[in-house]
Amino acid sequence: MKYIDEYRDPAVVTALLKRIETTAQKISHTVTIMEICGSHTYAIGRFGIRKLLPDNIRLISGPGCPVCVTSARDVDIALYLAGIDNVIFATFGDMLRVPGTGGESLQKKRASGAYVRVVSSADECITLALANPQKEIIMMGIGFETTTPTIAAVVATCSKKDIKNFSVFSVHKIVPPAINALLADPLLNIDGFLCPGHVSTMIGAAAYQMIPDAGCAAVITGFEPADILEGIWILLQQIESGKKEVAIQYSRGVRPEGNTRAMNLLQSVFETTDAEWRGLGIIPVSGLTLQNDFASFDTLKRFDVPDIKSADISGCGCGDILRGIKLPNDCPLFKKICTPANPIGPCMVSSEGTCSTYYKYY
Amino acid sequence: MCIGFPGKIISIDENNYAIIDISGTQREVCLDIIDEPAEVGDYVISHAGYAIHKIDPDTAKEKLDFLKEIIDHEIY
Ligand code: SF4
Repeated sequence: MKYIDEYRDPAVVTALLKRIETTAQKISHTVTIMEICGSHTYAIGRFGIRKLLPDNIRLISGPGCPVCVTSARDVDIALYLAGIDNVIFATFGDMLRVPGTGGESLQKKRASGAYVRVVSSADECITLALANPQKEIIMMGIGFETTTPTIAAVVATCSKKDIKNFSVFSVHKIVPPAINALLADPLLNIDGFLCPGHVSTMIGAAAYQMIPDAGCAAVITGFEPADILEGIWILLQQIESGKKEVAIQYSRGVRPEGNTRAMNLLQSVFETTDAEWRGLGIIPVSGLTLQNDFASFDTLKRFDVPDIKSADISGCGCGDILRGIKLPNDCPLFKKICTPANPIGPCMVSSEGTCSTYYKYY
Repeated sequence: MCIGFPGKIISIDENNYAIIDISGTQREVCLDIIDEPAEVGDYVISHAGYAIHKIDPDTAKEKLDFLKEIIDHEIY
């Protein structure tokens, strides 16, 4: 497996762990490192990385799972839209089991007759729209900068092909404003960030400059064990030397300038708006909505959505977990009532959610 | 959700869709938003049905050489 196996080589992993140990010994305090991306949370759990690290390194998970940070209100709107007659509601599979207010989910809606279609690529919507001209295709636009350009590409294609029965319910979010919110959170004391690999493929390194500017270490990191360990080692070196910068560990996946072609496309279709994040509240200019030129592809402009009274699931601590101030074990429901088979909150639903990862691997 | 896989391009059709091989599994990906033009034989990272990045073999090799080096040498 080229570009995978090489980064799982036990000899490399052992050598990196030695480097981490040596560097960690030179730092007298406990180092708190946040991995922002859900795929990192999952990989760190899966490869058992926490257990391998010296005692003075603490890894905490952040708000990097798009499913987990989707607000209860947006989940409720999705459920409403999926229930409209004549609608085919397309979504990535991760959203299927996320409970809305009252415990309903897209999966349950589907079981009771709604046409919910799981897609692995947004471009399947083009085929769906052409094959079902009498139906309205709604795509749940979810994801960070990694995913949003793919939705933008589909909107641009539908616009060019004059496809009129397709729209996007955009709950897309952008990562840097969330990092700003974390940096400003007085309850958090983060020494360094493992920055997401594939978000960075798109947005590049300069987008994280506020991290070193705030005195924290930063490294864009890949997803294999050697990547994550080297990322941690780079952070420790920055902390030890005091020289903070946005380093790129994941050089095989990220150009410093990012993917400007994809970002230009994103910016030609979407514009920023305020967005509500589960756990973090409303963060200014952290969401994306369709620009006026593409208004006819905006689900919220095509359909009247009634005022829905949404509420976070009572007892679920996802909000604090997404901010990195609590661990799943701190939630009284964890493993007792809330399990992957019977998830109460989104952090247990998504395979990249912190609760689901802790359930499986700790 | 931001998961991406490295795969080798096996073929490219006239609509700019490629078949890539990800360790034995073949997938179709669209090349419309990739950062650099890619050809058959190139490795790309794919996400949600789109190739998002062409892997530069030299950059990847540099990193692997570095990782191998730290197995063999104390570098500080
Ligand atoms: S264990 Fe379940 S209820 Fe508790 S915070 Fe996690 S998802 Fe929410």
